[in-house]
Amino acid sequence: MAKVEQKIVPLNGDNAVAYAVKQCDVDVVAAYPITPQTIIVEKFSEYVADGEVDTAFVCVESEHTAMTCSITASATGARTFTATASAGLALMHEMLGVASGCRTPVVMSVVNRALSAPINIHCDHSDAMCERDIGWIQIYAENSQEAYDSIIQAFKIAENLDVMLPTMVGLDGFVLSHTLENVSILPDDAVKKFVGERQVPQVMNHEGELVPFKLDPAKPLTIGPLDLHDYYFEHKRQQEESMIKALDVIKKVHDEYSKQSGRTYGNGLVEAYRLDDAEIVTVCMGSTAGTVKTVVDELREKGIKAGLLRIRAFRPLPVKDIISNLAGKKAVAVMDRACSFGGNGGPLFHEIRHAVYDVPNRPKLVNYVYGLGGRDMQPHMIETIYNELQKIAQTGQVEETVQFIGLRE
Amino acid sequence: MSPQPKNWKEIPLGGACWKSSTEYKTGDWRSYKPIWNSEKCTRCMFCHIYCPEGAIKYEPETNDMVFDYDFCKGCGICANECPATAIEMVLEGKE
Ligand code: SF4
Ligand code: SF4
Repeated sequence: MAKVEQKIVPLNGDNAVAYAVKQCDVDVVAAYPITPQTIIVEKFSEYVADGEVDTAFVCVESEHTAMTCSITASATGARTFTATASAGLALMHEMLGVASGCRTPVVMSVVNRALSAPINIHCDHSDAMCERDIGWIQIYAENSQEAYDSIIQAFKIAENLDVMLPTMVGLDGFVLSHTLENVSILPDDAVKKFVGERQVPQVMNHEGELVPFKLDPAKPLTIGPLDLHDYYFEHKRQQEESMIKALDVIKKVHDEYSKQSGRTYGNGLVEAYRLDDAEIVTVCMGSTAGTVKTVVDELREKGIKAGLLRIRAFRPLPVKDIISNLAGKKAVAVMDRACSFGGNGGPLFHEIRHAVYDVPNRPKLVNYVYGLGGRDMQPHMIETIYNELQKIAQTGQVEETVQFIGLRE
Repeated sequence: MSPQPKNWKEIPLGGACWKSSTEYKTGDWRSYKPIWNSEKCTRCMFCHIYCPEGAIKYEPETNDMVFDYDFCKGCGICANECPATAIEMVLEGKE
Protein backbone atom coordinates (compact mmCIF):
# COMPACT_ATOMS: atom_id res chain seq x y z
CA MET A 1 0.00 0.00 0.00
CA ALA A 2 1.41 3.33 -0.99
CA LYS A 3 1.55 6.41 1.14
CA VAL A 4 -1.73 8.31 0.97
CA GLU A 5 -2.55 12.00 0.77
CA GLN A 6 -3.23 13.35 4.26
CA LYS A 7 -4.71 16.56 5.56
CA ILE A 8 -3.33 18.41 8.53
CA VAL A 9 -5.92 19.35 11.14
CA PRO A 10 -5.29 21.16 14.40
CA LEU A 11 -6.57 18.79 17.07
CA ASN A 12 -6.00 18.22 20.73
CA GLY A 13 -5.32 14.66 21.87
CA ASP A 14 -8.92 13.93 22.80
CA ASN A 15 -10.24 15.24 19.50
CA ALA A 16 -7.58 13.25 17.65
CA VAL A 17 -8.86 10.10 19.39
CA ALA A 18 -12.50 10.92 18.60
CA TYR A 19 -11.58 11.59 14.97
CA ALA A 20 -9.79 8.24 14.69
CA VAL A 21 -12.77 6.41 16.20
CA LYS A 22 -15.08 8.20 13.75
CA GLN A 23 -13.06 6.79 10.86
CA CYS A 24 -12.85 3.22 12.19
CA ASP A 25 -16.42 2.18 11.38
CA VAL A 26 -17.22 1.47 15.03
CA ASP A 27 -20.56 -0.20 15.79
CA VAL A 28 -20.95 0.63 19.47
CA VAL A 29 -19.54 3.29 21.76
CA ALA A 30 -20.57 3.15 25.42
CA ALA A 31 -18.90 5.76 27.56
CA TYR A 32 -19.18 7.99 30.58
CA PRO A 33 -17.42 11.34 30.65
CA ILE A 34 -14.59 12.01 33.09
CA THR A 35 -11.90 14.69 33.04
CA PRO A 36 -9.61 14.73 31.05
CA GLN A 37 -11.30 12.28 28.69
CA THR A 38 -14.58 14.25 28.44
CA ILE A 39 -13.84 15.82 25.06
CA ILE A 40 -13.65 12.38 23.43
CA VAL A 41 -17.13 11.45 24.58
CA GLU A 42 -18.58 14.89 23.79
CA LYS A 43 -17.03 15.03 20.35
CA PHE A 44 -18.06 11.52 19.48
CA SER A 45 -21.65 12.08 20.59
CA GLU A 46 -21.68 15.09 18.24
CA TYR A 47 -20.60 12.86 15.38
CA VAL A 48 -23.47 10.54 16.25
CA ALA A 49 -26.00 13.39 16.55
CA ASP A 50 -24.85 14.89 13.24
CA GLY A 51 -25.21 11.57 11.49
CA GLU A 52 -21.52 11.45 10.62
CA VAL A 53 -21.18 7.90 11.95
CA ASP A 54 -23.33 4.82 11.96
CA THR A 55 -22.61 4.00 15.59
CA ALA A 56 -24.91 3.10 18.47
CA PHE A 57 -23.90 5.51 21.24
CA VAL A 58 -24.87 4.33 24.72
CA CYS A 59 -24.93 7.00 27.38
CA VAL A 60 -24.32 4.91 30.49
CA GLU A 61 -24.57 5.85 34.16
CA SER A 62 -21.07 4.78 35.23
CA GLU A 63 -17.78 3.46 33.96
CA HIS A 64 -18.55 0.03 35.34
CA THR A 65 -21.54 -0.04 33.02
CA ALA A 66 -19.55 1.53 30.17
CA MET A 67 -17.25 -1.46 30.29
CA THR A 68 -20.06 -4.00 30.82
CA CYS A 69 -21.88 -2.56 27.84
CA SER A 70 -18.71 -2.59 25.75
CA ILE A 71 -18.02 -6.22 26.61
CA THR A 72 -21.50 -7.41 25.71
CA ALA A 73 -21.56 -5.37 22.50
CA SER A 74 -18.18 -6.75 21.53
CA ALA A 75 -19.33 -10.27 22.36
CA THR A 76 -22.00 -9.97 19.65
CA GLY A 77 -19.24 -9.32 17.13
CA ALA A 78 -19.60 -5.53 17.17
CA ARG A 79 -16.57 -3.27 16.86
CA THR A 80 -16.60 -1.44 20.19
CA PHE A 81 -14.89 1.59 21.69
CA THR A 82 -14.92 3.35 25.02
CA ALA A 83 -12.76 5.88 26.83
CA THR A 84 -12.00 6.72 30.41
CA ALA A 85 -9.44 8.05 32.90
CA SER A 86 -8.35 7.76 36.51
CA ALA A 87 -11.24 6.92 38.86
CA GLY A 88 -13.29 5.83 35.85
CA LEU A 89 -10.72 3.19 34.99
CA ALA A 90 -10.56 2.14 38.62
CA LEU A 91 -14.34 1.72 38.68
CA MET A 92 -14.09 -0.45 35.55
CA HIS A 93 -11.50 -2.71 37.17
CA GLU A 94 -13.77 -5.68 37.80
CA MET A 95 -15.10 -5.62 34.25
CA LEU A 96 -11.68 -5.16 32.65
CA GLY A 97 -10.87 -8.71 33.68
CA VAL A 98 -14.16 -9.89 32.23
CA ALA A 99 -13.32 -8.16 28.93
CA SER A 100 -9.96 -9.90 28.64
CA GLY A 101 -11.29 -13.22 29.97
CA CYS A 102 -14.20 -13.22 27.53
CA ARG A 103 -11.78 -12.27 24.76
CA THR A 104 -13.77 -9.23 23.69
CA PRO A 105 -11.46 -6.94 21.69
CA VAL A 106 -12.77 -3.64 23.03
CA VAL A 107 -10.58 -0.63 22.25
CA MET A 108 -10.36 2.02 24.95
CA SER A 109 -8.44 5.24 25.22
CA VAL A 110 -7.24 5.95 28.72
CA VAL A 111 -6.44 9.62 29.18
CA ASN A 112 -3.93 9.05 31.93
CA ARG A 113 -4.71 10.90 35.13
CA ALA A 114 -3.72 10.58 38.79
CA LEU A 115 -5.83 8.59 41.23
CA SER A 116 -7.49 10.06 44.30
CA ALA A 117 -6.95 10.94 47.12
CA PRO A 118 -6.26 13.81 47.31
CA ILE A 119 -8.30 14.44 44.22
CA ASN A 120 -6.24 15.50 41.22
CA ILE A 121 -7.25 15.80 37.59
CA HIS A 122 -3.78 15.98 36.05
CA CYS A 123 -1.51 13.49 34.39
CA ASP A 124 0.31 10.55 35.77
CA HIS A 125 0.21 6.87 34.89
CA SER A 126 -1.02 5.43 38.17
CA ASP A 127 -4.50 4.71 36.75
CA ALA A 128 -3.29 2.40 33.99
CA MET A 129 -0.43 0.91 36.02
CA CYS A 130 -3.05 -0.47 38.41
CA GLU A 131 -4.41 -2.44 35.46
CA ARG A 132 -1.09 -3.93 34.46
CA ASP A 133 -2.12 -7.53 35.14
CA ILE A 134 -5.73 -7.39 34.00
CA GLY A 135 -5.07 -8.88 30.56
CA TRP A 136 -5.32 -5.77 28.40
CA ILE A 137 -2.80 -4.70 25.78
CA GLN A 138 -1.41 -1.29 26.76
CA ILE A 139 0.02 1.17 24.25
CA TYR A 140 1.25 4.65 25.22
CA ALA A 141 1.31 7.60 22.84
CA GLU A 142 3.93 10.33 22.91
CA ASN A 143 1.82 12.98 21.17
CA SER A 144 -1.64 13.52 19.72
CA GLN A 145 -0.55 12.35 16.30
CA GLU A 146 0.47 9.05 17.80
CA ALA A 147 -2.76 8.87 19.80
CA TYR A 148 -4.68 9.19 16.51
CA ASP A 149 -2.50 6.61 14.75
CA SER A 150 -2.52 4.22 17.71
CA ILE A 151 -6.31 4.14 18.02
CA ILE A 152 -6.61 3.05 14.40
CA GLN A 153 -3.90 0.44 14.90
CA ALA A 154 -5.50 -0.71 18.15
CA PHE A 155 -8.65 -2.00 16.44
CA LYS A 156 -6.56 -4.06 14.07
CA ILE A 157 -4.37 -5.40 16.87
CA ALA A 158 -7.20 -6.19 19.30
CA GLU A 159 -9.40 -7.86 16.68
CA ASN A 160 -6.61 -9.93 15.12
CA LEU A 161 -7.72 -13.55 15.45
CA ASP A 162 -4.42 -14.55 17.05
CA VAL A 163 -4.86 -11.80 19.63
CA MET A 164 -8.55 -11.22 20.47
CA LEU A 165 -7.64 -9.11 23.48
CA PRO A 166 -8.95 -5.74 24.62
CA THR A 167 -6.52 -2.91 24.02
CA MET A 168 -6.03 0.40 25.76
CA VAL A 169 -4.25 3.38 24.27
CA GLY A 170 -2.84 5.73 26.87
CA LEU A 171 -2.42 9.44 26.27
CA ASP A 172 -1.24 11.87 28.91
CA GLY A 173 -4.05 13.87 30.50
CA PHE A 174 -3.99 17.60 29.62
CA VAL A 175 -0.42 17.45 28.30
CA LEU A 176 -1.86 15.72 25.23
CA SER A 177 -5.61 15.59 25.75
CA HIS A 178 -6.13 19.36 25.93
CA THR A 179 -3.18 20.64 23.90
CA LEU A 180 -3.64 21.63 20.28
CA GLU A 181 -1.30 20.00 17.82
CA ASN A 182 -1.14 19.63 14.05
CA VAL A 183 -2.37 16.11 13.36
CA SER A 184 -2.12 14.44 9.94
CA ILE A 185 -5.37 12.71 9.15
CA LEU A 186 -5.69 9.80 6.74
CA PRO A 187 -8.62 9.82 4.31
CA ASP A 188 -11.78 8.12 5.67
CA ASP A 189 -11.74 5.35 3.07
CA ALA A 190 -8.07 4.56 3.71
CA VAL A 191 -8.74 4.06 7.41
CA LYS A 192 -11.89 2.06 6.75
CA LYS A 193 -9.99 -0.19 4.39
CA PHE A 194 -7.09 -0.51 6.79
CA VAL A 195 -9.18 -1.64 9.76
CA GLY A 196 -11.52 -3.72 7.55
CA GLU A 197 -14.59 -5.60 8.79
CA ARG A 198 -14.30 -7.23 12.19
CA GLN A 199 -13.72 -10.97 11.90
CA VAL A 200 -14.47 -13.57 14.56
CA PRO A 201 -12.92 -17.01 14.99
CA GLN A 202 -14.88 -20.27 14.85
CA VAL A 203 -15.38 -22.16 18.10
CA MET A 204 -17.07 -25.36 19.16
CA ASN A 205 -20.40 -24.74 20.86
CA HIS A 206 -22.23 -26.85 23.46
CA GLU A 207 -23.72 -29.04 20.72
CA GLY A 208 -20.30 -29.86 19.29
CA GLU A 209 -20.91 -27.64 16.28
CA LEU A 210 -18.43 -25.07 14.92
CA VAL A 211 -19.99 -21.63 15.21
CA PRO A 212 -18.71 -18.04 15.01
CA PHE A 213 -17.38 -16.78 18.36
CA LYS A 214 -20.17 -14.29 18.98
CA LEU A 215 -23.50 -14.06 20.72
CA ASP A 216 -26.12 -14.74 18.07
CA PRO A 217 -29.60 -16.14 18.77
CA ALA A 218 -29.45 -18.05 15.48
CA LYS A 219 -26.36 -19.94 16.65
CA PRO A 220 -26.47 -19.88 20.44
CA LEU A 221 -23.21 -19.75 22.37
CA THR A 222 -22.36 -19.16 26.00
CA ILE A 223 -19.21 -17.13 26.65
CA GLY A 224 -17.28 -16.97 29.90
CA PRO A 225 -19.49 -18.65 32.51
CA LEU A 226 -18.26 -20.79 35.41
CA ASP A 227 -14.79 -22.33 35.22
CA LEU A 228 -13.49 -24.07 38.32
CA HIS A 229 -10.18 -25.71 39.13
CA ASP A 230 -10.76 -27.93 36.13
CA TYR A 231 -10.51 -25.33 33.30
CA TYR A 232 -9.84 -21.81 34.64
CA PHE A 233 -6.07 -22.29 34.55
CA GLU A 234 -6.22 -23.43 30.89
CA HIS A 235 -8.17 -20.32 29.89
CA LYS A 236 -5.64 -18.05 31.61
CA ARG A 237 -2.82 -19.81 29.77
CA GLN A 238 -4.63 -19.06 26.50
CA GLN A 239 -4.70 -15.37 27.39
CA GLU A 240 -0.96 -15.40 28.06
CA GLU A 241 -0.33 -17.08 24.71
CA SER A 242 -2.32 -14.40 22.90
CA MET A 243 -0.33 -11.70 24.68
CA ILE A 244 2.88 -13.29 23.42
CA LYS A 245 1.45 -13.43 19.89
CA ALA A 246 0.39 -9.79 20.19
CA LEU A 247 4.06 -8.74 20.20
CA ASP A 248 4.38 -9.65 16.54
CA VAL A 249 0.93 -8.41 15.62
CA ILE A 250 1.61 -4.96 17.11
CA LYS A 251 4.78 -4.71 15.02
CA LYS A 252 3.10 -5.90 11.83
CA VAL A 253 0.10 -3.58 12.21
CA HIS A 254 2.46 -0.68 12.96
CA ASP A 255 4.53 -1.42 9.83
CA GLU A 256 1.51 -1.86 7.62
CA TYR A 257 0.02 1.40 8.87
CA SER A 258 3.25 3.31 8.44
CA LYS A 259 3.31 2.41 4.74
CA GLN A 260 0.24 4.61 4.33
CA SER A 261 0.97 7.28 6.90
CA GLY A 262 4.72 7.54 6.45
CA ARG A 263 5.03 7.69 10.25
CA THR A 264 6.89 5.19 12.38
CA TYR A 265 7.18 4.81 16.13
CA GLY A 266 10.29 2.70 16.45
CA ASN A 267 9.31 -0.87 15.66
CA GLY A 268 5.84 -0.34 17.14
CA LEU A 269 6.82 -1.83 20.49
CA VAL A 270 9.71 0.41 21.52
CA GLU A 271 11.25 3.50 20.03
CA ALA A 272 14.99 3.90 20.30
CA TYR A 273 16.16 7.50 20.06
CA ARG A 274 19.87 8.10 19.35
CA LEU A 275 20.54 4.85 21.11
CA ASP A 276 23.02 3.02 18.86
CA ASP A 277 26.19 4.49 20.33
CA ALA A 278 24.59 5.82 23.50
CA GLU A 279 26.25 5.09 26.83
CA ILE A 280 23.73 6.66 29.17
CA VAL A 281 20.06 6.06 28.54
CA THR A 282 16.70 7.01 29.98
CA VAL A 283 13.59 4.86 29.60
CA CYS A 284 10.12 6.37 29.73
CA MET A 285 6.57 6.26 28.35
CA GLY A 286 4.18 8.89 27.05
CA SER A 287 4.58 12.59 26.38
CA THR A 288 7.70 13.00 28.53
CA ALA A 289 9.63 11.29 25.74
CA GLY A 290 9.21 14.43 23.62
CA THR A 291 10.98 16.55 26.23
CA VAL A 292 13.65 13.91 26.74
CA LYS A 293 14.42 13.90 23.00
CA THR A 294 15.10 17.65 23.11
CA VAL A 295 17.45 17.18 26.05
CA VAL A 296 19.18 14.27 24.32
CA ASP A 297 19.79 16.46 21.26
CA GLU A 298 21.30 19.18 23.42
CA LEU A 299 23.54 16.73 25.25
CA ARG A 300 24.63 15.19 21.99
CA GLU A 301 25.75 18.63 20.79
CA LYS A 302 27.98 18.72 23.85
CA GLY A 303 29.39 15.35 22.87
CA ILE A 304 27.59 13.42 25.62
CA LYS A 305 26.45 10.01 24.43
CA ALA A 306 22.88 10.20 25.65
CA GLY A 307 19.95 8.20 24.33
CA LEU A 308 16.33 7.35 25.02
CA LEU A 309 14.31 4.16 24.92
CA ARG A 310 10.61 4.89 24.80
CA ILE A 311 8.34 2.01 25.71
CA ARG A 312 5.28 2.14 23.45
CA ALA A 313 3.83 -1.28 24.27
CA PHE A 314 3.84 -1.84 28.03
CA ARG A 315 1.66 -4.95 27.72
CA PRO A 316 2.76 -7.22 26.22
CA LEU A 317 6.18 -6.19 27.48
CA PRO A 318 8.70 -6.30 24.61
CA VAL A 319 11.41 -7.99 26.65
CA LYS A 320 13.60 -8.88 23.64
CA ASP A 321 13.58 -5.30 22.36
CA ILE A 322 14.36 -3.94 25.81
CA ILE A 323 17.32 -6.32 26.07
CA SER A 324 18.65 -5.60 22.60
CA ASN A 325 18.49 -1.86 23.22
CA LEU A 326 19.84 -1.76 26.76
CA ALA A 327 22.44 -4.55 26.86
CA GLY A 328 25.93 -3.12 27.08
CA LYS A 329 24.83 0.40 28.04
CA LYS A 330 26.71 1.86 30.97
CA ALA A 331 23.88 3.40 32.97
CA VAL A 332 20.13 3.49 32.51
CA ALA A 333 17.54 5.62 34.32
CA VAL A 334 13.97 4.39 34.23
CA MET A 335 11.46 7.21 34.62
CA ASP A 336 8.19 6.28 36.27
CA ARG A 337 5.13 8.51 36.22
CA ALA A 338 3.58 6.30 38.90
CA CYS A 339 4.52 5.04 42.31
CA SER A 340 4.35 1.44 43.42
CA PHE A 341 4.00 2.16 47.11
CA GLY A 342 6.32 -0.04 49.09
CA GLY A 343 7.55 -1.71 45.91
CA ASN A 344 11.07 -0.26 45.87
CA GLY A 345 10.63 1.71 42.67
CA GLY A 346 7.95 2.44 40.12
CA PRO A 347 6.23 -0.19 37.97
CA LEU A 348 8.17 0.56 34.78
CA PHE A 349 11.43 0.24 36.73
CA HIS A 350 10.41 -3.21 37.93
CA GLU A 351 9.62 -4.28 34.39
CA ILE A 352 12.85 -2.98 32.88
CA ARG A 353 14.98 -4.39 35.67
CA HIS A 354 13.27 -7.76 35.25
CA ALA A 355 13.79 -7.66 31.47
CA VAL A 356 17.56 -7.12 31.66
CA TYR A 357 18.30 -9.34 34.64
CA ASP A 358 19.52 -12.30 32.59
CA VAL A 359 21.78 -10.21 30.36
CA PRO A 360 25.42 -10.62 31.39
CA ASN A 361 26.38 -7.10 30.28
CA ARG A 362 23.32 -5.47 31.79
CA PRO A 363 23.59 -1.78 32.60
CA LYS A 364 23.55 -0.16 36.02
CA LEU A 365 19.95 0.82 36.69
CA VAL A 366 18.43 3.66 38.60
CA ASN A 367 14.80 4.75 39.00
CA TYR A 368 13.28 8.22 39.00
CA VAL A 369 9.67 8.68 40.02
CA TYR A 370 8.46 11.96 38.50
CA GLY A 371 5.46 14.02 37.50
CA LEU A 372 2.88 12.64 39.93
CA GLY A 373 -0.41 14.52 39.80
CA GLY A 374 0.70 16.51 36.77
CA ARG A 375 3.92 17.91 38.26
CA ASP A 376 5.78 19.36 35.28
CA MET A 377 8.82 17.43 34.08
CA GLN A 378 11.15 20.16 32.93
CA PRO A 379 14.21 19.82 30.69
CA HIS A 380 16.61 20.77 33.51
CA MET A 381 15.31 17.84 35.59
CA ILE A 382 15.99 15.47 32.73
CA GLU A 383 19.45 16.97 32.44
CA THR A 384 19.97 16.27 36.13
CA ILE A 385 19.11 12.63 35.48
CA TYR A 386 21.64 12.40 32.65
CA ASN A 387 24.27 14.06 34.87
CA GLU A 388 23.63 11.42 37.51
CA LEU A 389 23.88 8.73 34.85
CA GLN A 390 27.27 10.08 33.79
CA LYS A 391 28.47 9.72 37.37
CA ILE A 392 27.16 6.18 37.57
CA ALA A 393 28.78 5.36 34.23
CA GLN A 394 32.13 6.67 35.48
CA THR A 395 32.10 5.09 38.94
CA GLY A 396 30.04 2.00 38.25
CA GLN A 397 28.25 2.77 41.53
CA VAL A 398 24.56 3.47 42.11
CA GLU A 399 24.22 5.42 45.32
CA GLU A 400 20.46 5.60 45.55
CA THR A 401 18.41 3.24 43.42
CA VAL A 402 15.02 4.92 43.74
CA GLN A 403 14.72 8.69 43.67
CA PHE A 404 12.01 11.28 43.30
CA ILE A 405 12.63 14.13 40.90
CA GLY A 406 10.76 17.42 40.86
CA LEU A 407 9.77 16.91 44.48
CA ARG A 408 10.40 19.56 47.14
CA GLU A 409 12.74 17.86 49.58
CA MET B 1 -16.68 -33.32 34.97
CA SER B 2 -15.47 -34.58 31.64
CA PRO B 3 -13.63 -37.87 31.89
CA GLN B 4 -10.63 -36.71 29.81
CA PRO B 5 -10.00 -33.02 30.46
CA LYS B 6 -8.72 -31.13 27.42
CA ASN B 7 -5.54 -29.08 27.47
CA TRP B 8 -5.34 -25.31 26.95
CA LYS B 9 -4.72 -25.62 23.23
CA GLU B 10 -7.82 -27.72 22.68
CA ILE B 11 -10.53 -25.69 24.38
CA PRO B 12 -12.32 -22.75 22.75
CA LEU B 13 -11.25 -19.26 23.75
CA GLY B 14 -13.11 -16.95 26.10
CA GLY B 15 -14.60 -19.77 28.13
CA ALA B 16 -17.06 -20.49 25.32
CA CYS B 17 -19.06 -23.56 26.36
CA TRP B 18 -18.11 -26.52 24.25
CA LYS B 19 -20.30 -28.91 26.20
CA SER B 20 -23.88 -28.82 27.34
CA SER B 21 -24.36 -28.15 31.04
CA THR B 22 -26.22 -31.48 31.22
CA GLU B 23 -22.81 -33.11 30.76
CA TYR B 24 -21.53 -31.37 33.84
CA LYS B 25 -22.52 -33.72 36.64
CA THR B 26 -22.91 -31.42 39.62
CA GLY B 27 -23.70 -34.50 41.66
CA ASP B 28 -19.89 -34.76 42.08
CA TRP B 29 -20.04 -31.85 44.50
CA ARG B 30 -22.43 -33.48 46.95
CA SER B 31 -21.41 -34.47 50.45
CA TYR B 32 -24.93 -34.63 51.93
CA LYS B 33 -27.64 -36.49 50.06
CA PRO B 34 -31.35 -35.65 50.23
CA ILE B 35 -33.39 -38.74 51.19
CA TRP B 36 -37.08 -38.49 50.47
CA ASN B 37 -39.76 -39.96 52.73
CA SER B 38 -42.86 -40.92 50.75
CA GLU B 39 -45.03 -41.33 53.88
CA LYS B 40 -44.44 -37.83 55.17
CA CYS B 41 -44.53 -36.15 51.72
CA THR B 42 -47.73 -34.25 50.81
CA ARG B 43 -46.69 -33.79 47.12
CA CYS B 44 -46.80 -30.02 47.53
CA MET B 45 -44.03 -29.64 44.89
CA PHE B 46 -42.11 -27.00 46.85
CA CYS B 47 -38.91 -29.01 46.52
CA HIS B 48 -39.38 -29.29 42.75
CA ILE B 49 -39.70 -25.50 42.48
CA TYR B 50 -36.92 -24.63 44.91
CA CYS B 51 -34.23 -27.03 43.69
CA PRO B 52 -31.62 -24.84 41.95
CA GLU B 53 -30.47 -27.76 39.80
CA GLY B 54 -33.89 -28.89 38.60
CA ALA B 55 -32.97 -32.25 40.07
CA ILE B 56 -36.37 -33.13 41.55
CA LYS B 57 -39.34 -34.09 39.45
CA TYR B 58 -42.75 -35.56 40.15
CA GLU B 59 -43.49 -38.92 38.54
CA PRO B 60 -47.31 -39.12 38.09
CA GLU B 61 -47.33 -42.83 37.28
CA THR B 62 -45.79 -43.85 40.57
CA ASN B 63 -46.81 -40.72 42.52
CA ASP B 64 -43.17 -40.32 43.57
CA MET B 65 -40.83 -37.34 43.93
CA VAL B 66 -37.76 -38.51 41.96
CA PHE B 67 -34.29 -37.14 42.71
CA ASP B 68 -31.67 -37.08 39.97
CA TYR B 69 -28.48 -37.70 41.92
CA ASP B 70 -26.32 -37.02 38.85
CA PHE B 71 -27.21 -33.36 39.29
CA CYS B 72 -28.31 -32.98 42.91
CA LYS B 73 -25.38 -31.02 44.40
CA GLY B 74 -26.45 -31.58 47.99
CA CYS B 75 -27.25 -27.96 48.81
CA GLY B 76 -30.08 -28.94 51.16
CA ILE B 77 -32.51 -26.27 49.98
CA CYS B 78 -35.21 -28.88 49.33
CA ALA B 79 -34.89 -30.25 52.88
CA ASN B 80 -34.93 -26.76 54.30
CA GLU B 81 -38.03 -25.70 52.37
CA CYS B 82 -40.07 -28.90 52.68
CA PRO B 83 -43.08 -28.00 54.90
CA ALA B 84 -43.57 -31.67 55.84
CA THR B 85 -39.93 -32.40 56.81
CA ALA B 86 -40.12 -35.23 54.29
CA ILE B 87 -36.51 -34.74 53.11
CA GLU B 88 -33.52 -35.58 55.26
CA MET B 89 -29.94 -34.65 54.38
CA VAL B 90 -27.71 -37.66 55.08
CA LEU B 91 -23.92 -37.77 54.84
CA GLU B 92 -22.82 -39.59 51.67
CA GLY B 93 -22.05 -43.22 52.43
CA LYS B 94 -24.25 -43.13 55.57
CA GLU B 95 -27.60 -43.18 53.77
S1 SF4 C 1 -30.14 -30.98 47.85
FE1 SF4 C 1 -30.23 -29.13 46.57
S2 SF4 C 1 -29.66 -29.87 44.56
FE2 SF4 C 1 -30.17 -31.68 45.75
S3 SF4 C 1 -32.28 -32.05 45.29
FE3 SF4 C 1 -32.23 -30.82 47.15
S4 SF4 C 1 -32.41 -28.75 46.41
FE4 SF4 C 1 -31.86 -29.98 44.64
S1 SF4 D 1 -41.44 -30.19 49.52
FE1 SF4 D 1 -41.60 -31.93 50.89
S2 SF4 D 1 -43.77 -32.33 51.00
FE2 SF4 D 1 -43.47 -30.99 49.24
S3 SF4 D 1 -43.25 -32.41 47.54
FE3 SF4 D 1 -41.21 -32.01 48.25
S4 SF4 D 1 -40.78 -33.64 49.71
FE4 SF4 D 1 -42.99 -33.61 49.38
